[in-house]
Amino acid sequence: MSRIGIFTCWCGENIARTVDVDDVAKQVSSLPGVRCSVNYKYMCSDPGQAMVREKIVSEKLDGVVVASCSPHMHLKTFRKAAQAAGLNPYLVEMANIREHCSWVHHDRAQATAKAVDIIRLSVEKVRNDAALEPIRVPVTRRALVIGGGVAGIQAALDIADAGYEVVMVEREPSIGGKMAGLSETFPTLDCSQCILTPRMVEVGQHPRIKLYSYSEVEAVEGFVGNFKITIRQKARYVDTAKCTGCGECWNVCPLKKNPSEFDFAMGMRPAIYIPFPQAVPARPVIDKKQCAKLIRNGCGLCEKKCKAEAINFKDQDKLVEEKVGTVVVATGYKLYNIAKEQDKAWLSGYGEYGYGRYKNVIDSLQFERLVSASGPTNGVLKRPSDGAIPKNVVFISCVGSRDNAKGLPYCSKICCMYTAKHAMLYKHKVHDGQAHVFYMDIRAGGKGYDEFVRRAIEQDGARYYRGRVSKITEENGKLIVRGTDTLAGVALTIEADLVVLAAAMRPADGIEELAQKLNIGYDEFGFLLESHPKLRPVETNTAGIFIAGACHAPKDIPESVAQASAAASKVQVMLAADELTREPEIAAINEQTCAACFTCVNTCPYHAIERTELRTGKGAFIKRTARVNPGLCMGCGTCVSVCPSKSADLQGFTEQQVYAMVESLA
Amino acid sequence: MNIGYYPGCALHGSSNDYEQSLRACLGALDVQLQEVKDWICCGATAAHALNHKLSLALPARNLALAEREGHKQLFAPCPLCSMQLLKVQKAMAGNGLRAELSQIVEADLRGDGQVLNLIQVFQTVGLDKLKTAVKEPLKSITAACYYGCLLTRPPEVVHFDDFEQPKSMEAVLAALGAKTVEWSYKTECCGAGMTMASEDTVLDLAHKILSNAAAHGANCVVVACPMCHVNLDMKQAAVEQRYNKKLGMVIYYLSDLVGLALGLSAEQLGVNRHFVTKA
Amino acid sequence: MNVQGNPVAQHSAESYPIEFLAHTQLANCYQCGKCTAGCPVAARMDLAPNQLIRTVQLGQAASALRSQSIWECVSCQTCSTRCPKEVDCAAVMDALREISLAEGMVAPSQQPIVAFQQAFLDNIRRNGRLAELELIAQFKTAVFFRTGRLAFLFKDASLAPQLGKRKKLHFLPGKVRDRKVVERIFAKCSNRSDK
Repeated sequence: MSRIGIFTCWCGENIARTVDVDDVAKQVSSLPGVRCSVNYKYMCSDPGQAMVREKIVSEKLDGVVVASCSPHMHLKTFRKAAQAAGLNPYLVEMANIREHCSWVHHDRAQATAKAVDIIRLSVEKVRNDAALEPIRVPVTRRALVIGGGVAGIQAALDIADAGYEVVMVEREPSIGGKMAGLSETFPTLDCSQCILTPRMVEVGQHPRIKLYSYSEVEAVEGFVGNFKITIRQKARYVDTAKCTGCGECWNVCPLKKNPSEFDFAMGMRPAIYIPFPQAVPARPVIDKKQCAKLIRNGCGLCEKKCKAEAINFKDQDKLVEEKVGTVVVATGYKLYNIAKEQDKAWLSGYGEYGYGRYKNVIDSLQFERLVSASGPTNGVLKRPSDGAIPKNVVFISCVGSRDNAKGLPYCSKICCMYTAKHAMLYKHKVHDGQAHVFYMDIRAGGKGYDEFVRRAIEQDGARYYRGRVSKITEENGKLIVRGTDTLAGVALTIEADLVVLAAAMRPADGIEELAQKLNIGYDEFGFLLESHPKLRPVETNTAGIFIAGACHAPKDIPESVAQASAAASKVQVMLAADELTREPEIAAINEQTCAACFTCVNTCPYHAIERTELRTGKGAFIKRTARVNPGLCMGCGTCVSVCPSKSADLQGFTEQQVYAMVESLA
Repeated sequence: MNIGYYPGCALHGSSNDYEQSLRACLGALDVQLQEVKDWICCGATAAHALNHKLSLALPARNLALAEREGHKQLFAPCPLCSMQLLKVQKAMAGNGLRAELSQIVEADLRGDGQVLNLIQVFQTVGLDKLKTAVKEPLKSITAACYYGCLLTRPPEVVHFDDFEQPKSMEAVLAALGAKTVEWSYKTECCGAGMTMASEDTVLDLAHKILSNAAAHGANCVVVACPMCHVNLDMKQAAVEQRYNKKLGMVIYYLSDLVGLALGLSAEQLGVNRHFVTKA
Repeated sequence: MNVQGNPVAQHSAESYPIEFLAHTQLANCYQCGKCTAGCPVAARMDLAPNQLIRTVQLGQAASALRSQSIWECVSCQTCSTRCPKEVDCAAVMDALREISLAEGMVAPSQQPIVAFQQAFLDNIRRNGRLAELELIAQFKTAVFFRTGRLAFLFKDASLAPQLGKRKKLHFLPGKVRDRKVVERIFAKCSNRSDK
């Protein structure tokens, strides 16, 4: 025989304005199994909770229904209260008579009748509730950080400094990401490498950070607290343990004219190379597509020169396994390709801007390398075609972004700021030069940002024209830029020596494959999806996997760093104990009646069901069965709906409970 | 090879040198042009500028006539005509407009024929075939290929070549052994039908086009549009006078150059009927 | 701020079916100006292409309809091809022209261009195909009567012998046999602008 207590809340005026709470409390007291029915103005308050606790003890209740707001608001509150009074917290139900009743209806009589019906449902549910226990999942107290740019570096340092081991996987030969290649950063005009490289060194030397550089995540298995990651260490053909980074090899390499990836083809590198002098690790790699020894068994000079005998032409990719409890994805961005070839059918390039045809039309990252003090021209702005110093530079904003026709409708967020920065850097280097900026709007919402842009215009003389550019052609070594200023209502043509296109930020190559391996969501542009855009910006819908930086959306360095620390704090919450607690309202499969058809295995969106076998103590085979992994199941109920033998059921929402609720209304 | 042929008003009017060139050249390539009987004007600029419905109905009538005669392919040597025909086909796709237009033009309209411009006719013949048929490679030709507006625009209507950096005409000239230049005005407008109504506009635009072609080292300009030809050839003297500049650019129809390479004479092709001829 | 009319009232009593005729949504235009930047005749226009669209966005289409710009436009399609918001600017120009003529709002300086287009349509309505000499005669007389410019009558006259020499003058152009169907097509498509 049930002993159920009903606690109906006025919620101030929120419920009581529309629902006659006194009447409701009176009506529901006569429902079968109800021991007591009380009402109070603010059930969630301390006195309200005390009331619940008191009644549980005095009336020896075995089930509690709180008729008030949405369970999203206070289910945890009342479960805690019940537990404090000695009642299993999963014997508490909430009847939502606010969001589902008083807030959406006007007629008092009808709303009151509906509130009674809603409570009736909850009474039936709680009558059939089982005293569930939370699920405990063991946790491997280590974290994986995918991506070694500024976001990955920040997250790794925060987690490692908190005392946990971090495995970092970086695709390029060195960590540092795009920030390592920038010249100066807005709004302070700090030298980018100067502020980043100390952090990079810290990562490289940190006792708790295990860095896999020139490596990629090959496979991901497991679930929150218990991930098994397979990492592919690509063949460097250099033994990093023996190598001292002396540089003899890359100095002697005869194949010096390969476009440098780090310089975005603004400079060259040898076939054996280190991407930049401050690389971490400071060890070279050999590009197997260019090395004469690897292609046709020629050359071999580097091996001869290497005193440490670190060159190993027989090197192979290696697969390594690491166990971690949580993952932070910080894979960063790439720029939209302005030339014609695209990686998606719905994107197209800007044929009208001549990028790829005219040498002196470059993109923003290429410009960064040209003005960077450690760049291919040592910080002297020499234009690509003839090395001349440009006296008129045109900067064009919104190339590829805010453009429905070409395919990327979003704003790339950082370009207004870095274009102003570029105009300023240009003026600081070329005192008699003129910067021209074509813009549509100025997005400068950060601290000191608007003032920064105004400085470019008011102090450094950059000319800003409000409008897009239609076409760029080249005549006699000059780039003819045909644009407009809509504020004056005129078309205008600028003769430029160099044109810099602010190309849109997109997620880095391979993001979709990686997201599928991790089972996390991504949008049509490839940006990783957060759990909730306002309140959960660094979590994903897959437990244990967090995101940070530009892989989530276009953003600048301060935001990436902040998001990385946020992700690190979420990781630390998860790694704080040896065990993780999960809510028990998940699926369970009756293994005796399961027919092992495994339809559920194929339908489960979280890959949370395993095929397994029942065996006797001595190992004799009994039958096959499906089994839910309590660490992965999210309680969506898909398996319940497809199971032909009705062996799958949802704890806390069993078929019996649901039918009881439905029938109670008949 | 037989294809339907829709000459358009210009080719039967003051641009009949273009038709002479076409017939001679395509005849030599064994392409038989079957002129659509009783074709009417496509409406040109006047219709789309003044009456949207008429601008669909007039080309629709011609599509229906061509279909009635069983032509799967319809060659329209004037890009304004070919663009209007393609525009009607696109406008009719998947809605009730086809029925309405059939009723207006008093002929059944399916809209499923293939509309070809001059370059596409040569592509259909096959550039390899063209190359082997060349008797006199055009070694002295360094051409600026001028596409004008409507061969490649609007791209979602004409679906032809790269609308920013087209290369299809250059490919034909390469097959003829001619050289071409990369220049900046391939698809910039010449002023189209404004020749009489706003001569100022045409002279300004033609001047820019011809000067740029010369600046990039071309010794002639090749076109596939009768209006472009008029504005660059007939109006060249006026351009020279207004801007005090000697240009002396021969403007060839693409079919002129193909014909010359095949061994036809300038007289056969009507090249001598241009305003600007070789000195 | 001194603004004529109410800039927010996009659908005032005198709203014109511009978007309907052009099959394009003008709210999409975010005034980037790329149309103006690429327009070959922008320098000849009183209102630049993006400004024309802006006036319609503001509910002040009359300015656009009275402009010289819409008649200077050469319909080269560059604007529509490059527009990042896929606004069909060229179709908007067509729509503005059609309405401008129908409403009698043509800018006086643009009469010659309008006269040419009207003469052209009249010519093909009667002949089925263009009869060039007839068009030129009709056009020149129309301009003379509308503007009183005598010199216009004789402009380009020197071209006649040159065209004749090259056998490009056709005094008896080939006629369409079934000309009545063309008349009927015109009648079914009649709008207010052919009055």
